[in-house]
Amino acid sequence: MSPLSRREFVAAGVAAGAGLVVGFYLPHGNKSQEEVFSPNAYLRITPENKITIVVARSEMGQGVRTALPMILAEELEADWKQIEIEQAGASTLYGDQTTGGSASIRTTWDPMRKAGAAAREMLISAAALTWGVPRSGCAAQGGNVVHAASKRQLSYGELATKASTLPIPTDVPLKQSKDYKIVGQRLARVDTPAKVKGEATFGIDFRMPGMRFAVLSRCPTIGGKVTSFDDKESKKITGVSYVGRVSDTAIAIVADSVWGAMEGRRVLNVSWDEGPNKDLNTAAVTESLKQAAGKKGASLYSVGDVSKATGRRVSAEYQLPFMAHAPMEPGNCTANYSATGCELWAPTQVPQDCRDSVATAVGLDPDLVKVNVTLMGGGFGRRLEHDYAVEAALVSKAINAPVKVIWTREDDMRFSTYRPASLHQLSATLDGSGWPLSFTHRIIAPSISGQKGQPGPNGIDPDLPDEAAFVYTLPNISLEYVPAETPVPLGWMRSVYALQAGFASESFIDELAVAAGKDPLDLRLHMLAKDQDIQYFNTTWKTARMRGVLQLAADKAGWKNPLPSGRFRGLACFGCFSSYMAEVVEISMENDVPRVHRVVAAVDCGQVVNPGILQQQIPGGIVYALSNALRAKITIEKGRVVQGNFDDYAPLRMEEVPAVEVYMVPSVEAPTGIGEPSVPPLAPALCNAIFAATKKRIRALPILS
Amino acid sequence: MADFTLRVNGSEKKVNVSAETPLLWVLRDTLELTGTKFGCGAGLCGACTVHVDGAAIRSCSTPVSQAAGKAITTIEGLQTGGLHVLQQAWIAEEVPQCGYCQTGQIMTAAALLAKTANPTDEQITQAMNGNLCRCGTYERIRKAIRRAAAGGAR
Repeated sequence: MSPLSRREFVAAGVAAGAGLVVGFYLPHGNKSQEEVFSPNAYLRITPENKITIVVARSEMGQGVRTALPMILAEELEADWKQIEIEQAGASTLYGDQTTGGSASIRTTWDPMRKAGAAAREMLISAAALTWGVPRSGCAAQGGNVVHAASKRQLSYGELATKASTLPIPTDVPLKQSKDYKIVGQRLARVDTPAKVKGEATFGIDFRMPGMRFAVLSRCPTIGGKVTSFDDKESKKITGVSYVGRVSDTAIAIVADSVWGAMEGRRVLNVSWDEGPNKDLNTAAVTESLKQAAGKKGASLYSVGDVSKATGRRVSAEYQLPFMAHAPMEPGNCTANYSATGCELWAPTQVPQDCRDSVATAVGLDPDLVKVNVTLMGGGFGRRLEHDYAVEAALVSKAINAPVKVIWTREDDMRFSTYRPASLHQLSATLDGSGWPLSFTHRIIAPSISGQKGQPGPNGIDPDLPDEAAFVYTLPNISLEYVPAETPVPLGWMRSVYALQAGFASESFIDELAVAAGKDPLDLRLHMLAKDQDIQYFNTTWKTARMRGVLQLAADKAGWKNPLPSGRFRGLACFGCFSSYMAEVVEISMENDVPRVHRVVAAVDCGQVVNPGILQQQIPGGIVYALSNALRAKITIEKGRVVQGNFDDYAPLRMEEVPAVEVYMVPSVEAPTGIGEPSVPPLAPALCNAIFAATKKRIRALPILS
Repeated sequence: MADFTLRVNGSEKKVNVSAETPLLWVLRDTLELTGTKFGCGAGLCGACTVHVDGAAIRSCSTPVSQAAGKAITTIEGLQTGGLHVLQQAWIAEEVPQCGYCQTGQIMTAAALLAKTANPTDEQITQAMNGNLCRCGTYERIRKAIRRAAAGGAR
């Protein structure tokens, strides 16, 4: 569901006395003047010529604080060097502020452009009125309006007060991409200098007067509860000021330092009611997926009739484990609950959910909960949950003082929300020449949204429309989703179901190529040979664009050229979050362990706003995906998550990192996702390379299990 | 609880904490030097790296008692005035994404360059391998170290 489809934006500009305010508000009900005059709109220009652009998405490393303002600044015809950036907290002014689904650019592209364009047109009108000349003779450029005939110019600041008295244009012309001066440029990120100086304030760094620190002791078994606790030893720790139950499942230990709180927790004596899952283990999870596979699922996509397809049948099963996001900054949130409300400083991808969940938890009207969004030390989907925020608010309420709740790494690993484990049943038939006639993919996995009480229509997890397309043409195709149940908490992790779907589908296509004795590139190009639109839920996929990235990656990798002895290649392509991605992985094998030397990636994500950021995001996604593919595995024993830190859940380190080359297909199509699409093709491309090297097919991740 | 005199970034700080408190929490909570980050608490990720007498150490696993009396340098004191050549290189190579691990990365790299002015790729990998980055910026970190070693030139 696109957030934009739920909203009707209306441009609103108002006379603030000092400065021009242009923004958007939700036209539901009668908005008060204060809301129309809101300082939280996208743009503010003061008479002092201070130009501020507000970012209503969360910065977790993906560059939104730079890229989103670039879109507005482009239409504004601003001088980029003049722009100041402001981070929005939870607001009613921006629609859905969720930062996820690789959606920040694609969902703000239109509103940010229109906000900039409306302001530009008003500033031009203001200048024309000031000079008493026809509007057509005036033009906006570089933060000024100029009148060429008289060689006069006025800065936007000088025009701000006048412009703010003018009516808001409703239908503004947008620039052609050929005229872009800012969009498409490799502009330096605005957040870099503070980050290298140690001056950037992440959630964990936020401080306020009187603030205390808390850690929580949570029931180690999934679904367990606190029975009782004895805080005598904890209270002997210097600085520990409070120990108390803040929910059925957790006890908070508050101190004047993080270390004091951690020490207080170490010696806390708790007895737990281990609950209904105390005997749960990974084998039972796998078994439950197999059981679910016997049920009929919901069709995601269907062409022809796979049950009637003829030819040689090939089939295989693939399996993936639970995985944890493990961002570098562990969970944390600062809360200050008082008689007048609750204010939070939260590293969150969902400021509005944060506000609403906290409001419910502490019994306040949502209007009385203020959420400030801090920088985030990675998110990868983990900060789509607001558990830390709710905890912080509950503790602050309990102690009647501001408090920062901090999770340790072990807390983060063991009380996460995990990428769903999944099972995949694939089958296909091949004609006499070895070309596929039919393709069936059954995805058996618990539903993330379903577990959270929001199953999609027909039980289809609402993420699957963005993440499980099959961008090939064949006479018979069937994609099916079978929801499974699990008590293990589930969450959205970078690329979500696309990782599972892409791994199974693109590995199996390699199996088909092997079965048919065909080159894996040729087989894919054959299934992409026809120019065709593929309608998958709300996305229209184009075979030509997938062919474009596949061919580009293959060409740049020298797919048809021989490799040096001992080197092997695999490829995969996948479409998700409306973007097209292909990757070629080159490896050698060292004692049965793959060593990845080179990854060549090609992407088509429409208009690129900042190619410098794209050149960070894609290699970043590939390194993340390689970590996942090689070692990421969360296992359950006796109802508890086994892994705890970076020794038994070991991300990639420098010694294992391949050289990554990224190529973009030039495009003026509307921008599509870029944070996640590089993740899904990596594991299948790698496993296909491993097959090329060893003739062994890897059908379960992680590779090094 | 005990009194310790710490020499942090060239100035003396008196703190009263328990002797086993990791240096990390004294820096962050007592002295409010938050550029040094908490990542794992077990010496596995390097986000907490600072210099003690010039050596890169994991402050999350170093009791404050062991650091007392020694010269402690954090990211805030890496360079007096202006930017360290590594910080400049980090900006030039556009290394940070989320940026959380980068201060620890820079401190590790600074200790490397102080000892080995022109490290080989192997020496860079060896020195940096203990510092995790979940955004996957490793190749740019390597480039930035090379750039800094070359005096800032590409």
